[in-house]
Formats: sequence, C-alpha cells, structure tokens
Amino acid sequence: MSDTPIHRGADRAARATPARVARKVRGLSDRAIAWIFVAPTIFLLLAVNIFPLIWTIRLSFTNYRANRLNREPEWVGLRNYERILTDSDTWASMQATAHFLIWTIALQVLIGFALAWLINRQFKGSAFWTTIIVLPMMLSPAVVGNFWSFLYQPQIRLFNYVIAFLSGQDPSSFDILGSVNLAPWAIVIVDTWMWTPFVMLICLAGLRSIPDYLYEAAAVDRASPIRQFFTITVPMVLPFLMLAVLFRGIENFKMFDLVVQLTGGGPGNITTLTSIDLKREAFEKWRTGYASAYAIILFVTVFGLASIYVKALNKVRER
Amino acid sequence: MSAYSISAPTTRSKWVAGILVVTYAIITMIPLIWIILTAFKSPADAISYPPKVVFDPTLEGYVNLFTTRTRISPEALAALPEPDTWYDRIVRQYDMVIAGPSKFGERFVNSVIIGFGSTFLSVFLGTLAAYAFSRFRIPLADDLLFFILSTRMMPPIAVAIPIFLMYRQLGLSDTHLGMILLYTAVNISLAVWLLKGFIDEIPREYEEAALIDGYTRFQAFYKVVLPQAATGIASTAIFCLIFAWNEYAFAVLLTSANAQTAPPFIPTIIGVGGLDWPAVAAGATLFLLPVMIFTVALRNHLLRGITFGAGRK
Amino acid sequence: MDRAPVTGRNITKTIQLASASALALVGATFGTAAAAEDLTLCWAAWDPANALVELSKDFEEQSGHTMNFEFVPWPNFADRMLNELNSGGQLCDLMIGDSQWIGGGAENGHYVKLNDFFEASDISMDDFADAAVYAYSTWPKGTENYYALPAMGDANGWFYRKDWFTDPEIMAAFEAEHGRPLGEPQTQRELMEIAKFFQGREIDGQERYGVSIFTERGSEGITMGVTGALYAWGLEYENEPGSYDMVGAMNSPEAVEALEFYTELYECCTPPGYTNSYMGESLDAFKSGQVAMAMNWFAFFPGLYADPDIGGDKIDFFVNPPQNQEASTLGGQGISVVSYPDKQDAALEYIAWFAQPEVQKQWWALGGYAVHDAVLEDPAFEESQPFAGDFLQAMNAVQDFWQEPTYAELLLAMQERVHNYVVADQGTAQEALDALIEDWTEVFEDDGKL
Repeated sequence: MSDTPIHRGADRAARATPARVARKVRGLSDRAIAWIFVAPTIFLLLAVNIFPLIWTIRLSFTNYRANRLNREPEWVGLRNYERILTDSDTWASMQATAHFLIWTIALQVLIGFALAWLINRQFKGSAFWTTIIVLPMMLSPAVVGNFWSFLYQPQIRLFNYVIAFLSGQDPSSFDILGSVNLAPWAIVIVDTWMWTPFVMLICLAGLRSIPDYLYEAAAVDRASPIRQFFTITVPMVLPFLMLAVLFRGIENFKMFDLVVQLTGGGPGNITTLTSIDLKREAFEKWRTGYASAYAIILFVTVFGLASIYVKALNKVRER
Repeated sequence: MSAYSISAPTTRSKWVAGILVVTYAIITMIPLIWIILTAFKSPADAISYPPKVVFDPTLEGYVNLFTTRTRISPEALAALPEPDTWYDRIVRQYDMVIAGPSKFGERFVNSVIIGFGSTFLSVFLGTLAAYAFSRFRIPLADDLLFFILSTRMMPPIAVAIPIFLMYRQLGLSDTHLGMILLYTAVNISLAVWLLKGFIDEIPREYEEAALIDGYTRFQAFYKVVLPQAATGIASTAIFCLIFAWNEYAFAVLLTSANAQTAPPFIPTIIGVGGLDWPAVAAGATLFLLPVMIFTVALRNHLLRGITFGAGRK
Repeated sequence: MDRAPVTGRNITKTIQLASASALALVGATFGTAAAAEDLTLCWAAWDPANALVELSKDFEEQSGHTMNFEFVPWPNFADRMLNELNSGGQLCDLMIGDSQWIGGGAENGHYVKLNDFFEASDISMDDFADAAVYAYSTWPKGTENYYALPAMGDANGWFYRKDWFTDPEIMAAFEAEHGRPLGEPQTQRELMEIAKFFQGREIDGQERYGVSIFTERGSEGITMGVTGALYAWGLEYENEPGSYDMVGAMNSPEAVEALEFYTELYECCTPPGYTNSYMGESLDAFKSGQVAMAMNWFAFFPGLYADPDIGGDKIDFFVNPPQNQEASTLGGQGISVVSYPDKQDAALEYIAWFAQPEVQKQWWALGGYAVHDAVLEDPAFEESQPFAGDFLQAMNAVQDFWQEPTYAELLLAMQERVHNYVVADQGTAQEALDALIEDWTEVFEDDGKL
C-alpha cells in the first residue's frame, strides 16, 4: 500500500502537517491530547487484562485453591504444566476443539461466501432478506444452546421431524445429542446456523469493495465468468474472508456458552471443549493453580496460532 | 452500478440468486420461528409429541416468565374471590396463585444497564484511542494495536479466574460497575480497531481547515471528526452491544443477585418441576427484541462498518 | 399483589404461640438487641422453596425481621452458591446448601458451627431423624460437630402410571408374559423387566417407553441416578470408613454388576434422546406421557400428585427397589448460617424458630419434607400423603456421596467416568470404576488425605 518511496514521502508529509499547524493552535498540545486519548484504554486493558494475566502466570506455579482461604498456597514449579500436558483428557478436549473449529470455519466460509455472492446479485428485496438472515447472530449463545437442545430432542422435538421429513427416515431412529458420533456435529450445526451470517456480512463487504472496472476490463479481454470469478472475485475477497476466519477462529477457540448449554460437554467427554474443561477445573473443582496453568497454555496456543495467521493475512493483503 | 456494466447480473441470475437466498433465509428462520411460537404454547403443548404446529395460543409463557407462583389446595383456591385479571385466571387453572414478580424484570434491567453502559464506554474510549492512533505519532503504535487486539484472545474463563480473585478483593464482585468495566475491556479492542479504520478514512484536510480557523485540536475533534465518524460509531456500537448484551460466561461466574444479566437466567426458568419451555422461549424472544430493534434501526451502518473495519488496516 | 391464605388459621396460631416463646428464649440467651434485620435465605428454585416462603411469613411476624429469598434454579445452584461462598459473599445470611457441601462449608470456614447455639437454645439433634442429622449436619461425618440443622429430607424415589399399571388389558398382557401380576417392582431386576415390558408398547394410540432415569452430564445427574443402583447392590466407597482405601470396594463385582445394570436399563428402556436428562427432563418425560415409570427426588412428588394431567389417581410412588439391600440415594439439605455477613444473630433466630416441632409440622403440611421426629413419628404421618410411607422407608436407608471438601472434584470425576461408560458407551464397567478410583486417589493425595 505505502511501500513506494513516493508514497512514503507523502505519508510523512501528511503526518507532519498537523504538527506544523498545531503550533498555531490554542489549547493542549497534540502530544498531550494523544496521551489523554490513549491512556484510558491502555489503563483499562492493563488493569482488567494484563494485571490479571500476570497474576494468572504467578498462580500457575502454585497449588492455590480459591476456595481455601485458610490454606497457604505452595510453590509447585512446573508441576501443573507437566500434569496438564500429560493428561489425556487435555488432549481429548483439544481434539474436540480442533474438530469444532475446523468444521465450523469450513462450513461458515463456504455457506457464508456463497450467500454473500448470491446476495450481491442485488435481486429485489435482497436488503430485507439480508436482515432476516443476520438475526441468529444477535441471539445470546447460551439461550441458543439451550433452545437447540430442545429442538434436538428426538420424539417430541423439531429437528428430527424436519430431517425425517426431508430424508424419509423414522424421526426417532437417531438421537444427535446422545450419540458419540453425531454429537460433535450437533454443535457444529448450531454454531454454523448462528454465525454463518457474520462471515456472509464480511464477504459481502469484500464483494462490494471490488471496483466495477476490473470486471469491465476482464470482459474486454473476453475472460469467461468462471475465469473472472477465480482471477478477480476470489483474490479480492480473500483478505476479507481471512479476517472473518480470524475472528471466528478466535471466538470458537474460546467457545463455552453455546456448547455448555447444548450438550454440557457430553456424551462422555465428546464435546468437552477446552473452555468447558477449564471451567470445570477452575470453578467447579476450584483447582485455581492448575486451572491458571491451563489458561496460560490455551492463551499461548491461541496467541501463537493467531500471530502466525495474522502474518499470513498481512502477506495476502500486501499482494 | 452503472447500467452498461458487464458485471451487472442478468434477470435470470437474479431470480436464481433470490430463490436460493430466500430458501436459506426460510430454513434459518425455522428455529427462530419455533422459539417465538413456543412462547405462545402451554407447557403441555410445548413438550407434546409429535410437535404441535397448530395449537391454542396462550400467554402462559409470558405470565410464567414475569411471575413466581405458589400452588395452593383446591379448597383454598375455591375460597378466594374471583380472579380480576387475565393473568390470575391463567395461573389459577393450575391450582396456583401468583406469589410475586419473578427475577426476569430485574435481570433485564441489569442487562440494559450493563449492556448499554459498557457499549457507551467502549465506543467512547475506543473513539478517543482510535483518533489518537489515526492522527498522532504514538511510539510503538503497531505493537500497541496488536496488544490491544490480543487481549481478545484470552478465553473468558481464563480471564475470569484472576478477575474473580481481584473483584473479590476490591468488592467489585456482583456489581454493575465491575461488569461494565469488564465488558468494556473485552469490547474495546474491537472498538479501537473498527473505529481506527473509519477515522483513517476521514480526510485530514477537514481538521486542518478547522485548526486554521482557530479551533483547538479538541474542538476540531469534537465538531469536525465526530460527526464524520458517526456511521463508524454506530456500527461499532452494534457489535459491542451484541457482545455485551448476550455475554454468558462472565455473568454466570462473577455475578449473582445484584448484577446478573438475563442470559444466565433465561435457560433456567423453572416451572413446576421441569424447565418451563414456553417461559424460556418468551424470555428468549423478549431478550432478542432490543438488539434486533437497535440493529434494524442502524442496519444501513452495519455493512459499511464491516467494509471499513475489515477492509482497511 | 393479592396473597392467598394458604392454610387454616388455627395452625398458624399455634406456631405463633410456640415461636414467641422460643424466640424469647433465644433472645435471652444471646442478648440480641431487637433490631429488625433484613435476612436473605439462599436455596434452589423449586416447589419446596415456595412453600418455605409461605412458612417464613410467620417468622417475620414473630421476630420483626424481614426475610428475602434468593432461589437459584437447580442447574446453576451449586455453581452460583459455591461461587458465592468462595468469594466470601455477603448475599446469603442463611444457606440451605446441598448435603455434600458440608465438608467444604466446615473446613473452609463458610458455615458457622452450631453446637453452642444448639445447646444454648435447647435444640437437640436427637429430635431429628438419625440419617438426616448424619447426612445434613455433621462434619467430620458422624461426629457431634454440627454445621447445619436438617431442613429438607429428600431421597431419590420412583413414580409410575398407576392408570396403566391397573389397566386390565395391560395387566393381562404382563401376566401372560412374565407369569406374575404387574405391580410395583420389588427388586431392581423386576424394575427392568417392567420397563422392558412397556418399552415400545402402544397405549392409547401412542408409543410409550419404559423408564426415564438420570443421565445428565453437566452437574450431578448421572451420579445421583447410578448410585441408586450401586447402593442397592451394596456399594461401599471405602473398605474401611475414613481410610480412603477404595480398591476392592468401589470396584467390587457387585459395583460392576450394578453399573452394567444401569447401562442396560438406559439402553433398553429409556425414551430416545434422554441422554442428558436430570430432574426436569425426567419430569417432562413423565408428564408428556412418554414413560411408564420415572425416577426423581421426593421433593417433586407433591407437585406430581397435584398435576391435573397425570396426578391424582393416575400416579403412584415407590421407594428405590432393593437388589442385595435396601438403599436410596440421598438428596436434601440442611440449613446453615453463613459466616461472612454480620447478621448471624438474626440468622440463628431463624434456625431456632425453624427447629420448633409446630413449625416443622407446618413445613410438612405445606410440601416441605420435614425430618423432625414430631412429624415423622406422628401416627397419622404415613397416611398424610400417598408418598409419605415411601419417604419414611427411603430415609431409613439413605446413602450419600462423598461429603469431603473436595466433593466437587470427586463428583466431576464420577460424572465423567460414568457418563463415558453409560451414555457414550466407552470401555467396560470395570474399566470405568478402576479409572474412577485412580481419579479419586489423586484427589485425595492432592488434598493431603492420602
């Protein structure tokens, strides 16, 4: 974007201008205003995110329990980390999370992009239907999870009847929440139902940002619509799509409320995502030290994955 | 889109696209419509099998959502004077009387205070910070921005552990202020990132002209930049509100009687014995309304918000 | 808001007289100034809680204190309330906490020890059912250290569709199949036999199922359900009480057999989709006419009996059937004074008032399960409700889960292992119990008990 020398010079000039003007203006200096404007945000984040993070790191080396106020915590070194990483339950929940993450993102990207592409035909009433489609993402995930558990109940609930109607099967012949094989898909379906609109909106923004002249030029070159799709549409939307994937990825790595309400992590441990596992350790077993170490491991994982991803994203953008 | 544009879709492709999108919209609406319908069923109809599509609508769900009820003996019931309100009449069919209002009203008010309070605060602080990042040289600006974004990566449960301990010490557990600060901290990363995109788009020349006219920097920000950024502020507010309004994990872990919002409450509305599905559905419907109205009112900003926030770095 | 007079005035009068004297006594002992306090009582949101609100009006009249109530729905109850206690919260002056919390409440200093208070105000634990005192009040278990007054007796029991069980056609079909009359099951195996009989049977044009049982994963559901079978087969947690030595006891052949039984019952005879069901779902299944029998806590029985659709003469109740022994899974709660707020004197007044025999009788009349001898030993008790006799029988043979301060960890381990085996069909019963012992051993080691 601003890599050519000319651009850089212009940029510098633009930045310099306010400073020059500032000398003439009354009131606080720009420098002071900059700090006054940024400081509250930084302060809030330090107080509510960073200070607690440091506290968590410290706790992660102890056997502290937040429900034992009368017992002094002991320093246990790396033992918590060792136990978490060698615990097969941890890996089971990581796998469950990975399955959830990969499939929700894949489905949401596919459906979301397709919908955006269709809506971008701008047929009559497309604005209205877009608003309708966006509704699910405004619901509370906890309430959604709770209500879908109601829809999923075979016999007296809706989901099986709809599927049975479409497939001709007996509605009571399958039980999606109770089956080890189906339950991981149950949570994928609900999350996809809820968040596809989000991916769709971002893709739509991407599609609308493509200038018409690109297509016009391609048409002049007699490029087929399919070719146009792959050489213009997809590359131009890709940065948007990748951003949507980043947001959904971060959110779904943290997924808690929807799944807790939907399956409670069951059957067995099949849908126990890492956040659910962590909540049990921290707020049900009250193994605060152990849970702190777990939290740090999760944070490092998501932080690492996200930074690699952001680097890739920036590369795509620079192209 | 210009009339001669070659990329302009043909009528037929519009039809196909329209049909596909409407089909998806209808399928996606089924669960939502089912929730709205269930709110008007009696508890028995709600759990009947096969599911009932045609039923006698009743406001029982809404009555049960807003009241607590006590069962009394049929003799005692017979001794009572005739019910004088429609909701008393509904409740008495089940040998019960209304004992008082439920907690839903309180929870809903808490949601309003915390949801809108934190949305206002995030957008307010976010606008200031975004303006500063957009217009001034700030040392390590890129690192600071990534730091701000990274605070959103912590799983809420992980943050909740030390926050729980910290709030316990500071007396912020179960207070509105505590929750507003917490939701603001979570939302502010999004607010700063989205708003910086918007403010970057506003030409500097406007402010400079104002400064030369004798405005202070602050006045220029207030009178020139803010009105220009209104769209961005509106769409940022939508996203912040959706999060704060619907948040569950922090609410369930850090609040109890004073400051608990509605999301932890709705899935647990108990009737006699089991979960009261119509009341749950009624709560879900009512709870969706404010965000829906807010979003529909600001819907034209929504797409633009994403365009700027996502499109530009 | 118009409030209904719920019961006869005469009972209220008696209580008023009795409580006046008791409160005078408490006041004298503790020298409390008669300052009117705002007390908050915390409990689960369910039918008995509404009854307690009615009951407490008398206390408000007597003492001048105001009672507030914080009732949390069951699925969140433990989370919310333990969170409240662990954060040193001021919300609850009085806590009707689950029986398993007593260890943590005592050892972590959440609950006030009540021995001196009981002595000073002439409250004797001998006046309450032994099993209830043991379960709800004592820590360490069975010692005379009291941290709660038994408030609500409860156990896991069963109920069934009496109208189906007495239908001549169904009865004849059952007898033809099994060579014995259809009736309340006398053993766990009989229960399964009956459940199998009803599974898939068409009654009144609809397909019905055998039983609905607890299978919930998230809180305590499946553990509470499966222990009903485990105890009936004679389960002991430890070889020697207090030794934490579990190998051979917790995974005995009987325990394995019981766990296999529960799994078979789940597989053969529950309606489809009841894979994560607890109190609410079990009631739903029964009320919607899906099942012939269902398990649930006695606390719900008054509500079920009064249900216009399936209550009255369509329903009857039975105690958890024995297999190798009579045993029921314990529910219920004691009432404790929380140590963090500074209104403990007023909170103790409430307990003194609640412990009176007249108040306890009224408690039962309103739908609360009093466990005071004045209630249980009343000759009219068994006839007072269709499930009263079953309740007595159940309370005589109740067993509870661990009540250790680490109970939550122990419970979560069992939830996981059992749900994994019963519902998710992973591994064998033996493996599940072996793994459970390992989990538990680790918990006890961490806690310094082993």
